[in-house]
Amino acid sequence: MASGSTQMPQALPAGEARSLVPDWVGSFLSYLRRNPTMVAGLLVLLGIFLFWTIGSLTVDIQRARPLSVRVMQPPQAGLPFGSDRAGRDLFACAIAGIPMTFRIGLIAGLLGVGIGTVLGFFSAYYGGAVDTVIRTIVDVGLTIPGLMILIIIATSFRGGLTVEQMALVVATLAWLNPTRTIRSQVLTLKQRAYVQVARLSGMGGPEIIFKELIPNLLSYLAAASVSAISAAILASIGLEALGLGPMDSPTLGMTIYWVIYYAALINGWWWWWAPPIAIISLLFIGLFLVSLGLDELANPRRRRAV
Amino acid sequence: MLLSYLLKRIGLFFLIVWIAATVNFFLPRISGQNPVQEKLQQQALMGGYMQAGLQEMVKEYEAKFGLDKPLWRQYLVYLGDMARLNFNYSISNYPRTVLEMMTEAIPWTIGLLSMTTILAFTLGTLLGALLAWPKTPHFLKWFFPPLILLHAIPYYLLGLVLIYLLAFQVKIFPIFGGYTAGTVPQLTLGFVGDIATHSVLPSLAIILVAIGGWALGMRAMMITTEGEDFMTFGEAKGLKNATLFMRYALRNALLPQTTSLALALGHIISGAVLVETVFAYPGIGTVLYHAIRESDHYLIQGIVFSVIVTLGIATLILDLIYPVLDPRITYRRA
Repeated sequence: MASGSTQMPQALPAGEARSLVPDWVGSFLSYLRRNPTMVAGLLVLLGIFLFWTIGSLTVDIQRARPLSVRVMQPPQAGLPFGSDRAGRDLFACAIAGIPMTFRIGLIAGLLGVGIGTVLGFFSAYYGGAVDTVIRTIVDVGLTIPGLMILIIIATSFRGGLTVEQMALVVATLAWLNPTRTIRSQVLTLKQRAYVQVARLSGMGGPEIIFKELIPNLLSYLAAASVSAISAAILASIGLEALGLGPMDSPTLGMTIYWVIYYAALINGWWWWWAPPIAIISLLFIGLFLVSLGLDELANPRRRRAV
Repeated sequence: MLLSYLLKRIGLFFLIVWIAATVNFFLPRISGQNPVQEKLQQQALMGGYMQAGLQEMVKEYEAKFGLDKPLWRQYLVYLGDMARLNFNYSISNYPRTVLEMMTEAIPWTIGLLSMTTILAFTLGTLLGALLAWPKTPHFLKWFFPPLILLHAIPYYLLGLVLIYLLAFQVKIFPIFGGYTAGTVPQLTLGFVGDIATHSVLPSLAIILVAIGGWALGMRAMMITTEGEDFMTFGEAKGLKNATLFMRYALRNALLPQTTSLALALGHIISGAVLVETVFAYPGIGTVLYHAIRESDHYLIQGIVFSVIVTLGIATLILDLIYPVLDPRITYRRA
């Protein structure tokens, strides 16, 4: 922990160093040194990103369409991940699927956190009847297993879904958890002395929210976003595995659906299921580690706990 | 005070049931689905030609299912049906009712879920408590990182890997199903054993993933509890290590765990549905999977409704016994 480099006097004049690297990068890097969980998570996500970048430079993702290569080929030169029963190049499927799955998670997760932030602030800061209504809806909503409602919503769409529609379906419930966590955070922050001081010195509600509360909640919002993205990806892959996903798009979850559909497992077609399972698992592990790391950042009490 | 809390909590339960029924009723209708027509068309297509008089058949069936009445009448009838657990006929298995198909499947799901949840909760909580305890043998700490990483993976993906490793490569466990196909379910020792071996892999998939989560939560709670004054006091009194661990630390750290259990049930059941699908386990999840594949809307709605209601009952029970576990919780604040 006590490495010398942080203590070392800087060889360059401070002004020159700052012009090369912005200040926050330095403090971010020195923070990362204390938070190995977050580093591990970021490295896993970076690995997936690099895999995708290299992959999209080397393969034509049009080959993720059915009938583009010979069916049921094990991995070989030119077909690094083999092909499936419909003649999709599975490497191209993985490369095309990663950004699709990630897009679903990003759209749904960020929509969820956005709505959750607005509702959470509204509910906690103003209280009263609004708070009661929002709290009841969230309490009821969280008691209901989300996947069940999502199944009803997804089956209500006639015909196939697109990737964006899929994201919106998942987003319909993605705001419940963020609303809850953000509401409880605002409730505790509201009581702090500096907020009281701000109110006494004549700041209005919106000003307090934007100038006093949000800056202090940024780490919580980041943590909530990561968990919401992860939860949205989990929900979307679950729906896809059940056969409610975008049938024409080779998302990671749809590949799992076809694996189950054609019983690839008991036929020994390992190349079909191993890559998507590995990528999905790494994606979840990366996001989970980052959210643990952010938790540590947001909640210093936990700093020694994880 | 207690009565008003009780009434409020039970009211919340009925609110959940009502919302579940209403969502079930209106969502498919907003999108303008016609389940009967869809099913008939699908069957006609599979038969290779479009039958003449399909529209008349649709009308006939709609009258039978009561779909030709005004919406509000349908809604009231629907609520009444739900209250009497009448979920209508399954569209894809027509003469059979949804309730029939569900009652067959539910024992499997409840068996699998209760067993795995109790095991995972107990093992995970104990492991988490031991991990936070300073006098724990060191080798236990090695279990923690892999279990934490497993926790991030969905149950059913681990299930797929387990099938490949332990049922396909090394043929220790059966690949799918709840019992050997062809045997007649009966209460003999052999059959019970058969059920047990079939449940090992699905259970393992759920337990291995879930343990890490419980351990993580418990560990954090134990660390907080260990910092409390009463712990220092107990230590100063010279209490035995086991007493300190069990009665001072564990007992107090356990309470928030129970709350998380109530909150986690929804996740657990969503995950278990997919585990059953992967293992073709004869529970509610597999029935749901087939219902979705055959767009059997009544079956889907029946399952969704009953899962929500069952979960509502489970959280209700947990909420009501929580104050029994923790005397500090009074119903006053609720």
